[in-house]
Amino acid sequence: MSSTEQSSQAAKSSDPVIVIKNMHKWYGEFHVLKNVNLEVQRGERIVICGPSGSGKSTLIRCINRLEVHQQGHISVDGTELTGDLKNIEKIRSEVGMVFQHFNLFPHLTVMENLTLGPIWVRKTPKAEAEETAMEYLKRVKIPEQAEKFPGQLSGGQQQRVAIARSLCMNPGIMLFDEPTSALDPEMIKEVLDVMIELAESGMTMLCVTHEMGFATAVAHRVIFMDFGEIIEENEPHEFFNNPQNDRTKLFLSQIL
Amino acid sequence: MNEAANPQKEYTPGTHPDLPAPFATRGPVAWMRDNLFSSPLNIILTVVVAWLLYSIIPPIVNWVFIESVWTADSRVECWAQMKEAEGAACWAFINSRLNLFIYGFYPEAERWRVNVSFILLVMFLIPILWDKAPYRKYWLMYCVAFPFIAAWLLVGGFGLTKVPTDEIGGITLTLIIGVTGIFFSLPIGVALALGRISNMPAVSMLCVVFIEFIRGVPLIALLFVASTMLNYFLPPGTSFDLLMRVLIMVMLFSAAYIAEVVRGGLQAVPRGQHEAADAMGLTYWQSSRLIVLPQALKISIPGIVNTFIGLFKDTTLVLIIGMLDPLGIGRAALSDASWSGLAREVYLFIAIFFFLCCFGMSRYSLYLEKKLHTGH
Repeated sequence: MSSTEQSSQAAKSSDPVIVIKNMHKWYGEFHVLKNVNLEVQRGERIVICGPSGSGKSTLIRCINRLEVHQQGHISVDGTELTGDLKNIEKIRSEVGMVFQHFNLFPHLTVMENLTLGPIWVRKTPKAEAEETAMEYLKRVKIPEQAEKFPGQLSGGQQQRVAIARSLCMNPGIMLFDEPTSALDPEMIKEVLDVMIELAESGMTMLCVTHEMGFATAVAHRVIFMDFGEIIEENEPHEFFNNPQNDRTKLFLSQIL
Repeated sequence: MNEAANPQKEYTPGTHPDLPAPFATRGPVAWMRDNLFSSPLNIILTVVVAWLLYSIIPPIVNWVFIESVWTADSRVECWAQMKEAEGAACWAFINSRLNLFIYGFYPEAERWRVNVSFILLVMFLIPILWDKAPYRKYWLMYCVAFPFIAAWLLVGGFGLTKVPTDEIGGITLTLIIGVTGIFFSLPIGVALALGRISNMPAVSMLCVVFIEFIRGVPLIALLFVASTMLNYFLPPGTSFDLLMRVLIMVMLFSAAYIAEVVRGGLQAVPRGQHEAADAMGLTYWQSSRLIVLPQALKISIPGIVNTFIGLFKDTTLVLIIGMLDPLGIGRAALSDASWSGLAREVYLFIAIFFFLCCFGMSRYSLYLEKKLHTGH
């Protein structure tokens, strides 16, 4: 756990890599995110939880502009997110994202899934990209599946490929949008193990999940959202053992 | 063997081997039981169909092959060779007009150019249909150039004698219209589909208007527009070759249909695929070309081939504006006094030609679907 403590030291020093200020978002008339303020330090790991429809996925999807916010400011690594396509593409190439439903490209092999980004976005030579891809496949423990198509893998394997695919872009920040919610129980652990290993390497992570064991093990901060607002945030031990807000208490009593 | 024969044998848990399925559920016997004799109604249908086939096939084979006549100089001579006059096909007629059916009225001295174009066409199809062809990259470059090389060969100019396009006819004409239409309508159609779902209102509007206009007008009307009206819209003094006008109309017509088919495919690609591509930092064009279109086109293969087959058969409509496709040649040939009355042979011959082309396309599309299936 010493490496975790080291990076927790790093997280305390003030080096915000994501800054969200007074951010609002609407879907048509529906106010999904209300006055969200959040600073994420480099190397910090945050778990976001909350009931379904509370806006937690929308929040992290705003960070790489898969969703567009209508008010307030979001800046990633010092770059403000606006309609400017060049900035958006640059930020997206620095921010990795793992989805609930994996979203691997079914018409490409695992290896092609992993090398696509490096080759087309980073302009890495193919051989070099494949070498890196193989390293990451080893890290997620499925190097033998490189030539298969995603449809031939189990859910847990697909999600590990998806994590490796994001890592191949060598991102500074990783966003996880309910990475284990679509998995069978026996596959959740293999994905969480990969995520814990990643956390120990010092990656900045924002993770929407209901895996409270994972939150306790790796998170510096847990954020609870409801009705589009950040209701409560605290370090995991305090958050789970001593929740302040009634809504947090109700939510925790339902999931624990 | 012993185990297979006795599935009741006791095994300790965890050691049960995979046994072969019972004999009655596999092999041709099981197939016949399932498909031909599964119920009383099915048995009756099987017997009736077997009797129908028995009574239909032999006379057809007899008419087409066994008693048919392949060489003769007129229908009277043809019938004289048969056991009973008009009792079988007189393929001698098709035989004697074969050049006409293939080349139309293309000048005899220049027909080698059509032959060369045909060989080039086959060479054009190989790398497109066969993705493991050696040096495919260079072949594909040739494929892009092929329509222009073929156009030069067929029409002439630049060192070759010019052949007026109204002398092109028969199967040559069908292939020219069909291949040009197919070759150009796919990229135009894909562009229209992308345009229609584009976020830019002006582009999307333009594509919608174009697609809806073309789809709302029968091809035959467009061909009449091509043959009669198009010259009014062009600056005076310019004359625009009729074949060229027809090609453009056929191309635009099937492009509009392809666009709608491809749009269906684009909508079937899950949102998550766009998001994953975006999240990676791919640009719009990269994500369209590498992620979205390959999946959308794969889904659209049946619809695209359907459109192509329709286009290929619709080439016969040019008959109405006076161009001599195989049907036109057939009608002209039938008006010859020494051969008149042999319409069955002519239309059967043309039907077989179209069937072979269309059936080939259809089988190829099935093969392609199977090949592109990656288990999702």
